[in-house]
Parts: sequence; structure tokens; C-alpha cells
Amino acid sequence: MGPEGGVFDEMTQGAAKGAVRPAYTSVAAWIEQTGLSVLHQRRDEAEALFRRIGITFAVYGEGGDPERLIPFDLIPRVFGADEWRRMRAGIEQRARALNAFLHDIYHRGEIVRAGIIPAPLIYQNDAFVPEMVGIDPPGRVYSHVVGIDIVRTGPDTFEVLEDNCRTPSGVSYMLENREIMMRMFPELFASGTIAGIDRYPDDLRSTLEEVAPPACEGDPTVVLLTPGSLNSAYYEHSFLADLMGVELVEPADLFVDEGRVWMRTTRGPQRVDVIYRRIDDDYLDPLAFRRDSLLGVAGLFDVYRSGRVTLCSAPGAGVADDKAVYTYVPEMISFYLGERPILKNVQTWRCMEPDACAHVLDNLEELVVKEVHGSGGYGMLIGPKSTAAERADFAKRIAADPDAFIAQPTLELSQAPTLCKDTVAGRHVDFRPFCLVGRSLRLVPGGLTRVALVEGSLVVNSSQGGGVKDTWVLVD
Amino acid sequence: MLSRTAENLFWLGRYTERAECTVRLLEMGRRMTMLPGMEDRDEWRPILLATGVRSLTPESEPVSETEAVRTLLIDADNPSSIRSCLSHARNNGRAVRTALTQDMWEVLNDSWRRLEAMGEATACRELPEVLEWVETRTAILRGTAGNGMLRNDGYDFLRLGGYLERAEMMLRLLDVKYFVLLPETEVVGGGRDHHQWRSVLHANSAVRAYHHVYRGDYSPWKIADFLILYQDFPRSLAFSYARITDHLEKLARRYGERHSCHNTAAAMLARLSDLEMGEIFQAGLHEFILDALEKTDHLALDISRAYHF
Repeated sequence: MGPEGGVFDEMTQGAAKGAVRPAYTSVAAWIEQTGLSVLHQRRDEAEALFRRIGITFAVYGEGGDPERLIPFDLIPRVFGADEWRRMRAGIEQRARALNAFLHDIYHRGEIVRAGIIPAPLIYQNDAFVPEMVGIDPPGRVYSHVVGIDIVRTGPDTFEVLEDNCRTPSGVSYMLENREIMMRMFPELFASGTIAGIDRYPDDLRSTLEEVAPPACEGDPTVVLLTPGSLNSAYYEHSFLADLMGVELVEPADLFVDEGRVWMRTTRGPQRVDVIYRRIDDDYLDPLAFRRDSLLGVAGLFDVYRSGRVTLCSAPGAGVADDKAVYTYVPEMISFYLGERPILKNVQTWRCMEPDACAHVLDNLEELVVKEVHGSGGYGMLIGPKSTAAERADFAKRIAADPDAFIAQPTLELSQAPTLCKDTVAGRHVDFRPFCLVGRSLRLVPGGLTRVALVEGSLVVNSSQGGGVKDTWVLVD
Repeated sequence: MLSRTAENLFWLGRYTERAECTVRLLEMGRRMTMLPGMEDRDEWRPILLATGVRSLTPESEPVSETEAVRTLLIDADNPSSIRSCLSHARNNGRAVRTALTQDMWEVLNDSWRRLEAMGEATACRELPEVLEWVETRTAILRGTAGNGMLRNDGYDFLRLGGYLERAEMMLRLLDVKYFVLLPETEVVGGGRDHHQWRSVLHANSAVRAYHHVYRGDYSPWKIADFLILYQDFPRSLAFSYARITDHLEKLARRYGERHSCHNTAAAMLARLSDLEMGEIFQAGLHEFILDALEKTDHLALDISRAYHF
């Protein structure tokens, strides 16, 4: 049982005293057999491995080591086969609905006409790209990699906290964490009950090839577009390009000529068909988007519009992961798919609705208030941890611009066993699977588990003491 | 292969080689200043010049060892210092990580980390150890590339950069030291002796190899021959050009396309094979060196043009 009554512990909760939940049987036995001192020793070995391989997260301009490691916790987080089956259906359903929504709002906007989502929320959204209206991306796919952040609050309660439809990162950690675990503890995998995830790079490549533009003949040339080696996720970019066997290009490597996109190679220009871009919309094409930008590939968007190159994700896909739009995803699922949502949203109050706003203002102490367009914990009020002055300040801001805020209850994230200084104890975790959307859906059984290493902390962010774990999905 | 990748590998090769050559120059300088009667001679100035640095010390006084060490080893503002070279090399490597092996990356990364953290005082105090360490690192880098890298076009560009730099550094050293090698009737500098000759060999780690070939028979003629025309000595100009031509030919076969750089390199190699030292001295050693330097510069430009970087 966790230290707090309401917190669900994934290893022990609900099992008889001293017993563990079935999914964790082998992990619990392994912890027991290995013992703390050996675990600590192996953790140091793991860290050395990460450094050697160079799996780092680059943070420039803040002093200290510019290339940092995200702490890795040795103890895997486990999902049973049934749990995964349900999550999988929910994740895929959501990925389909989000793409249907994006196609709709860049075409007839039926969901707005039907009065389900207020028009200003879409058309006045900063992430909405008017230039995309009427364009038909291959396969009607806008978001090719959908990262869905899922939290667990009980044995059967999995809820979606956030969708990431642009260029979600973290998948390299999913792959490397498993790689390290298999290298260090091969005996754990000997039973063959843990589903493999190593096909992700192949799946990603197949997905990207499937959405080759109509003008492409023969095998499409896929590239991964990175802002460059100073970007915080550069390691992931180079890692994925390497595993997919595609070129890792920077904007300056690409140019537009005769209506096509080319990359500069030692044999002269080579045509590019599909661009898995890991740079923001703003920096894609200075002619179409930010004219003051020196980055980007001039003329890229025109080539995209004429169906001669595919951008993954499509410009403007970010509307779908806006925090206010998020609140409508359950409605999207029933509107586009005619299905009931398999994964619920976290309960959310939209301050733009007067009743909800009143409720939020009355209960600031218990709620988490988020700015709709903010990200990464910026512009957030965590009620239970706030001071009266902070609450007063937020109350004023909410009253002045209610549309810009949503509020959610403070969630009791589930805990998973984690190696701590002198014990193995429960720490709060979340989960990000990566759903690939091409002509078909692909989802490897797993994802990235982030863990708040500080006792009691709910912040899994790597910049604030968060770490990562290998995530197992068991097969029947 | 992306032109940017080729360019980064090419410069990774160049910068690593430059760092290594600079180590040798520093070692040579230290030897010279340890010899009796050398206190007043301005031994460091030509060494700085060979790396393209003009000293701020007025011509009337000799350049100090401290200045030379700071400039050549640790000065981040000197783009040719060993520290800058290793930092550039690492940046080149980081930009094309997928084109490197893990081992190569580790060597680049470690070397950079250590030199970045090193202060001037430490560098001067532990100079012999630091120089030896840099030499070892560049040797490891070359070894890991040789043992681990796919023999694809990337490998050719890496080596091309290395050998071009080697050829150029040899020529620059000869440019500032050529007077030492002139026949006795044409003495220009006056400071021409046994030690000077040995110093030129030392700067190329060539003392022992030279002995094996010429049995201790020091003559400027033979030393010049050894450093310029002797194909079997791996730092000679002829050797570097043979390798450059090799890698360019590999690229031509791979891509099924020849460029002007192929002709430039082949012509230079042919010339180096046909020439005798006597002819070079007759036409003027210095003129030969200047001409070869210019051709090598051009070759580098031709290569980058041919492969679009």
C-alpha cells in the first residue's frame, strides 16, 4: 500500500497482505532475489552505459553539463495483457478521432457547424494554420505520431491527461531503456512473457513511406528534419534516423527547385518525398510562416500544398493538442467514430463556461489550473501547494480572461516500485505510448514511463527530478 | 550521402590531423629551446607562423615559450589551437553522429571534455603529459575509425581531410624552415646545423625512420628528399598525395563521376613520383614549396566544389 490512503500502488494494491498483483509477480521476485546492494550497484552500471552510449538530453545556456542524463530507474513498470488490450483500443481510438478532427476543421468544420465545439476555439487558435484549409494530406493523416499521456488512478482507471499531436519526443528512451534492461538482466526476459518493442523504428518508417505524396513514383525517400545538434532532442533525432536508415537533415540541407524538395548530397541534388520533421511549424518555411525566421526551407509549403512532398506531422496539427480542445476529445470520438470513448479524459472544468468558472473560483485550493496555451508546467497553479496570494492572483487572471484557463482536480497518480536510497518504494508515474498513424495504425506494446523520483512528488518532468523506467506489457 | 555530412567528416579529419601536427610542432619547439645557446634565438616565431599565427611580440624580442604554448595549445581564440581543433572536431562529429561509430564519438567527446576544463596554468605545468595525451587521443581516433567505420564514401571524406591537412602542414613547416635545408653555399639564415636538421625531422616524428633509411647520414638534401618525395614515409608529401589520390579514385568509382580535383591530385602525385631532389633544388626549394602549397589549397577547394559542400 502506498503511504497515502488514496494512492494506487501498482505492485501491491488490492492483493492480499504481503502478496503482489499478478502482473508484478516476476518483478517482485527479482527485487527480492537481487537485493538492494546489488540493485544499487547495477544502477551505477546502467548509468555508465547511458553515458557511454551518449543518451543525453541537451540543455545549452544554463551552465553546468550541457548534455545531461535523465535518471533511469531499474525497476520496470508492468502492465498485464488485459490492461494493455484496453489501453491499446483506447489509444488507437483517440489517434483516429484526433486525425478525423484535424481533417474536419481544415475542411468543412462539421463539428463546429454542429455546435459541438465553439468556432473561436478553433479558428482563433494560435495553432490553427489557415493556409492548411482545403489541403488533403495523403491518407488524410495530419498527426502521424500521436503521443498520449495517460495517468492511472486506480486498478481500472486510466485517464488521458494530454494529447501530443505535433512531434512528441521520448520514444528513444522507451527503446534505450529496454535495450539496457535486456543487456543487463537477460534472465528477466528469458521467460518470453514480455512483449517486444524493437519494431518501432521499422513501424515508423513504414508509416512514413505509406504517406508518400501522390507525385512520388517508386520507393519514397524519407528524411528526418532536425533543427540541429543544439536541440535538446538531437540525440533522439539522430538515434531514430540511424535506426530507420534515413538521412538526418537540417533545414540548410534542403532546398526547393522546380516544384520539388531536394537535399544536397555529394552526388548532387536528391529528391525528398517524405519529411518527418522535428521542428516547429513556425520554422518550416519562412515564405509561408514566419517571415523573420532565418531557419526553414523557403518554398517548402508550396511543394507540400501541391502534393509533391509530405510533411509529418502536417502544419497546424497542433490545434488538436490544445488544452481547451482536449476537453472535447470525448465528443470528437462519438461525433466522428460513433463510438464511446474507451479512455476517459481527466475531469476538466472549462472556465469559458460560466458555471464551471464559478466552481473553479470557489475551489482553487483543491484544483490544478492550467493556461490553455501554456505547456510544460508553465503558467500553472497547483491549488493544494499554492499560497493565498498566488490563488488571489490566479482568481484575478481567470476572471479577466476565463477562456484562457481550464482546471482539473489534483490527481492521485498511481505509484510503481522504484529503487530509492535505502529501500524500494512506490513513486508516482505517468505513461506516454506512441501511436503511429499512416494508412493503418501501428502501436508497439509499450511506451515511456516517467517517474517522479522525489517522495510524494507528482512532477515527472525531467527538469524537476523526474526519471524514466522500462515499461513492460505482458503477453498472455 | 548528404553534402553536409561529407563536409563534417572532411573537417573532422582535418581538425584531428591539425591537432596532432600542432603537438609535434610544440614538441619540436621545446626541444629546440632546451639546447644550449638557443636562448636568444627566436625559435617559436616560425613555429607559430607554420600554424598560421602571427605573434604579437615585436620582432626585436624572441617569442616566449609561455606565449607559444598558450597560443598553440589552449587559446580558445586561436582557431588553430589544439583546444579549438578538438572542439571543432567534436562539433563536426556531433553534427553527423550517425556517420560515426560509437567509439569514435566517445574519443571525441572525452578529449573535448578534458581540454575544455583545462586552464592555462595546468596546461603549461603538465605540458609533456598533455601533449602525449593529445597524441594518444588522435591515434585512438584514427584507430577506431580504421577498425570500425564502414568503408563507404564517408570514410573517404574523413581520410581525404586528414591527408590534405597533413600535406599542408608539412608544406607550411617546410615553408618556415626551408632555409635550414638549403645547400651550404646558399645559406640564408645562418643558423644551420645538425640540431636544426634534426628538429625538422623531429617535428615529423621522423628521426628513427630517417635513420633506418639513411643510416644517420644527415644532409639537407636527403632530409628534404625524405620529407617531400619518399613515398614510404607516412608523413611525406608524396605519401599524403598518394593517399589523397587513392580516396579520390574510390569516390570516382563509387559515384561513377570524375571532377577536376581528380586531375589536380593525380598530376601532383605524378610530379612527386617523377621529380628528383636535385631538380627541386635547382629550380628553388622555396618556390617548389610555395607552388605545392597553393596547389594543395586549390585541391581542397576543388574537392568541396565537386561534392557540393
